[in-house]
Amino acid sequence: MAVGKSIPRLDAVDKVTGRTKYTDDLCDRGALVARVLHSTIAHGWVRSIDITAAQAIPGVVKVITCFDVPKHPFPTAGHPWSTDPAHQDVADRLLLTDHVRFYGDDVAAVVAENEVAAAQALRAIQVEYEELPFVLDPMEARREGAPRLHEPYPDNVLGHTSIARGDYEAAIREPGLIRVEGWYDTPTVQHCHLENFICFAFMEGDRIHVVTSTQIPHIVRRVVGQALGIDWGRVRVVKPYIGGGFGNKQDVLYEPLCAYLSLCLGGRLVKLDVPREETFVCNRVRHAVRSHIITYARPDGTFVARKLEAFSDQGAYASHGHGIAAKGMGAFPQLYPCPNVQADAYTVFTNKPTSGAMRGYGIPQAMFAVESHTDDVARALGMTPMELRRKNLMPQGYRDEFSKNENYHDTFGQCLDRGEAYVDYARKWAEYEKPQTGPVRRGIGVAAFWYNTAVWPIALETSSCRIVLNQDGSVQVQTGETEIGQGADTVQAQMAAQVLGIPVEKVHVISCQDTDVTPFGTGAYASRQTYIAGFSIRQTAVLLKERILRYARELTRMDPENLDIREGKIVRAADGRVYMTLGELATEALYSLTRSQHLTAESTYQIKTNAYSFGCSFAEVEVDIPLCKVKILNLVNVHDCGKVINPCLAEGQVHGGMSMGIGYGLSEKLLFDPKTGKTLNNNLLDYKLGSFLDHPELDALFVENEEPTSAFGTKALGEPPVCAVAPALRNAIYQATGVAFDEIPINPHVMFREFSQAGLLKKEENHV
Amino acid sequence: MYDMKALYEAKSVPHAIRLLQEHPEAKILAGGSDVLVQMREGKLAGCELVSIYGLDALRGVTMEEDETLRIGSLTSFSHVAQDPLIRKHLPVLGQAADQVGSPQIRNIGTIGGNTCNGVTSADTASTLFALDAVIELTGPEGVRHLPIQQFYLKAGVVDLRPGELQTGILIPKASYHRCFGEYIKYAMRNALDIATLGCSVNAVLTEDRTAYERIRIAFGVAGPVPLRAVSAEALGRGGPVCEETVEAVAQGVLEDINPRDSWRASKGFRLHLAQELTRRALRKSTKEAGGVL
Amino acid sequence: MGIQYKQIKCTVNGTVRETMVDVRASLTDLLRNDFRLTGVKKGCEVGECGACNVLIDGECFNSCIYLAVWADGKSIRTVEGLQGPEGELSDLQQAFVEEGAVQCGFCTPGVLMSAAEVLERGKEYTREELRRELSGHLCRCTGYEKILNAVEKTMKNRLGKGSEQ
Repeated sequence: MAVGKSIPRLDAVDKVTGRTKYTDDLCDRGALVARVLHSTIAHGWVRSIDITAAQAIPGVVKVITCFDVPKHPFPTAGHPWSTDPAHQDVADRLLLTDHVRFYGDDVAAVVAENEVAAAQALRAIQVEYEELPFVLDPMEARREGAPRLHEPYPDNVLGHTSIARGDYEAAIREPGLIRVEGWYDTPTVQHCHLENFICFAFMEGDRIHVVTSTQIPHIVRRVVGQALGIDWGRVRVVKPYIGGGFGNKQDVLYEPLCAYLSLCLGGRLVKLDVPREETFVCNRVRHAVRSHIITYARPDGTFVARKLEAFSDQGAYASHGHGIAAKGMGAFPQLYPCPNVQADAYTVFTNKPTSGAMRGYGIPQAMFAVESHTDDVARALGMTPMELRRKNLMPQGYRDEFSKNENYHDTFGQCLDRGEAYVDYARKWAEYEKPQTGPVRRGIGVAAFWYNTAVWPIALETSSCRIVLNQDGSVQVQTGETEIGQGADTVQAQMAAQVLGIPVEKVHVISCQDTDVTPFGTGAYASRQTYIAGFSIRQTAVLLKERILRYARELTRMDPENLDIREGKIVRAADGRVYMTLGELATEALYSLTRSQHLTAESTYQIKTNAYSFGCSFAEVEVDIPLCKVKILNLVNVHDCGKVINPCLAEGQVHGGMSMGIGYGLSEKLLFDPKTGKTLNNNLLDYKLGSFLDHPELDALFVENEEPTSAFGTKALGEPPVCAVAPALRNAIYQATGVAFDEIPINPHVMFREFSQAGLLKKEENHV
Repeated sequence: MYDMKALYEAKSVPHAIRLLQEHPEAKILAGGSDVLVQMREGKLAGCELVSIYGLDALRGVTMEEDETLRIGSLTSFSHVAQDPLIRKHLPVLGQAADQVGSPQIRNIGTIGGNTCNGVTSADTASTLFALDAVIELTGPEGVRHLPIQQFYLKAGVVDLRPGELQTGILIPKASYHRCFGEYIKYAMRNALDIATLGCSVNAVLTEDRTAYERIRIAFGVAGPVPLRAVSAEALGRGGPVCEETVEAVAQGVLEDINPRDSWRASKGFRLHLAQELTRRALRKSTKEAGGVL
Repeated sequence: MGIQYKQIKCTVNGTVRETMVDVRASLTDLLRNDFRLTGVKKGCEVGECGACNVLIDGECFNSCIYLAVWADGKSIRTVEGLQGPEGELSDLQQAFVEEGAVQCGFCTPGVLMSAAEVLERGKEYTREELRRELSGHLCRCTGYEKILNAVEKTMKNRLGKGSEQ
């Protein structure tokens, strides 16, 4: 059985030998180099651009300004296209813009023979701006009279949706309720995949080819067509191996501009390699969300009524927009079902870098708020956080009416049990509850998370697969689901091998995706790859197997129903007698002078289900109060992602998500200059991504309840691991110090401020 | 590809001096971990560079006749940290060098470059201040020596005259003899970071180890350039080895330092850290020296 | 002023190479563009991420902030030089494959070169010491856990202290 085994990932050998070709490795050295000129104001109009000096620099081939580009507004979100205009993404981008909406907006581009000339040209371009007032805070951006970013949104609110259950106002009048209220802030962070965004473009015939580091090649094809105003079939997009994406590359970034520059230069090869500093500012970031939660509970811990307001900082352009805040809000009434809920989510434009998709898609923000709040409620009620969670978390049998998702198992109970035993939670909780007085104190925290797999029923879910049989009995597998480092190819091979009855070594997954030949698919996002591709792989493999066995009938004189493929051999199902290898059959099929046939199968599967994927995080910390430093002693994630297809790869996914969660909780935050709107720390020195020495040992545990809606019993795992780490850390720090932090990252600056206020630090009278 | 106007590679110290005289606008390139980064940022774009990276004569640590330790200016941080003489006589400097950025940065970065860029956060600079290091400069007029405190003129500016390059850093015997020290780098990460505050302390105890004969304290990022906490040092001098002395010294550093508010850290936080790090570094130095607190 | 070139001679993965280099080139440029050793990755170009790390005379350097002309007379090793003469994986590479230390793979070549240097010292390190030795590399995929497992396993095997599993 191929499924369930920790086989090494298919691309591992290439990656440890340096053979793997990423986008830049495929680009011819003679490529022209494109660079983008970014605005040095946060809001305003470009009045003029003087490019004379730039054009005079030797090696500069072309300078294009915002006044030159075609005016085809296009959307950038990596969402499936909707044929219903009401559900289409907001088309608010142009290739370059004269209406500058954030510090770093794209106002001009240069193409040069080399990177030095390109950099010199950028410095030589003179831009004259007419400055407008700008706004960096979403709360302020909603106020009357705030600077307006986009004409159709007079109050800067891109989206506002609500959820109402029961009657909140009536319910809170019940006597004897305990009211707990909190505001919780999450920061703007960036994906920091090690490979920056890069693409190159060239023309052949009248078609434009774009090779790009993306998660969504078929969507890029569509958007390049939209942005250039050309037929989508004239665009070919190739996705080689990519050095991480995490959602940033689930957006169309500079592919349209690069394609356009090539177009302007008669199809010459143009490469656009975004430096790290620009990746931070001019790609996408995670939405900062400010959440306000009120809970009314009975003294026994029963949740009676709950309210949520979430304000999501969209930045300058719509990108994925309100989807993030809406998803986060969707988790609120479900994680802790409560009869009376009022929830409102707002997504608000500000003059900051554009927020888009990032691992977790609104859930890490929501879980920080909700799960910090859960501990606040427990403290107010005098219950332990564990008791309160167990009492209120979504029970087995819960069914959501909209998505039809069902909690088929006692997932939360089992995950909490597993983690609790593993970290010795109850004993440590009790020990750390005792008064602590020294400079170094300990605490342990827990947080749960809600997540669902894929995007149905909000958007289309479809997967296509093609399987081609080779002479030797091996197969090529292609799907529209993309390998972005997570190991999609490997689990796809395992699933295909399982259904076909062939060894996994005989499955060759075509990793490089090419919209000219790869079956249509919408790409890597929503932790959907394994769940979604599973359906089309199973369907296509069954189809191919049927064809193979039908062909085998002539060679074996057995009815196909009595035949099977096992370990790559055609066998009689009842007793396993071997007739021939699949390779022998395939060779015969291809070269037969009488019945030649190329055995292939291709099919599309539309998925109309979705699956919950839940779990929890446990964190044990030691806080050095005078140093304002946190040391993580233990960090454990427990996941019920259904059946694990490849345990080693699954652990790797969890470790990576936990790592991102550590940064989210303790160190990462993009900072903006309040005076100019400029991003201050857009480099890997000042943006504090955790190093080897900032990580504890990471433990990933699994509760494997088979998901009944899934082709292989599996469901989401890519994003869930990041979702509950930050609140678990926060709750542990809360127990250690008694300080209920209401923002992340809980970095030394924040600790210094809060510990000072709480009187935990020595009074240093003489310095103020 | 760096946007440099020209590169001149020095083959010897006299050749370097000549190149610097011929190209007065040129910047000196030692390991490059600062200069090349600034060139890429655009700050130094279009500059001429005189590379002295190839001058192996400026690498290594030696003991001079009067037992002064001589560190060649191009000695990399990792070589400083691993050097047997440093490990024996000046472990605190090795400790400081070992906390620079990352292993790769410690291999390329040089102790001379760390002081010539005039940066307050330089991990070795505060310790060199605390050791009363002497900077050896070689130029057209010959060799001159400067106490490190005089070498730093202001943020980012050191006393390097036209045609001159730093060739060595000297640590007099009095600075390390019977002396025990501790450097604490406070940063937001445990690797790949610059100091939010750096604190280097060293102490000499009396023969009976009950009193402080001498305490030296220096900081990075507590002012525009590395600096010594002279009044705090005076508070500790002659004091008994006890927590009260440690506390008095720690509180005393506030008289000497003047960190600024920036988005990297607030002044208040740095003032707090200066005291806390002084406490911890002085306790550690005291214990290393055999004192009992 | 025209472009300034310099003739350099260095050993790259055991082979002596002589070439003219543009003095403005970084060692990353030289290795990737001139020698097509594309296992050397560009992640930040300021020496902060470790993706371009290579061994020069046995020590680790971020080749992005190392001038190509400085390579003159040096011996350089990249990830492409780790395999054996028949192309077989080294024990370290094999451990990365088996332990699942690779995800997107972009940091992998750089980390491998640091690990190679550390393990060639033949010393035994604790896990915490290994973290320190490898701390010049950022990885966004793995949380470093399985990378450490792979390096530790190789170290123990080389020192004859490997587990029996």
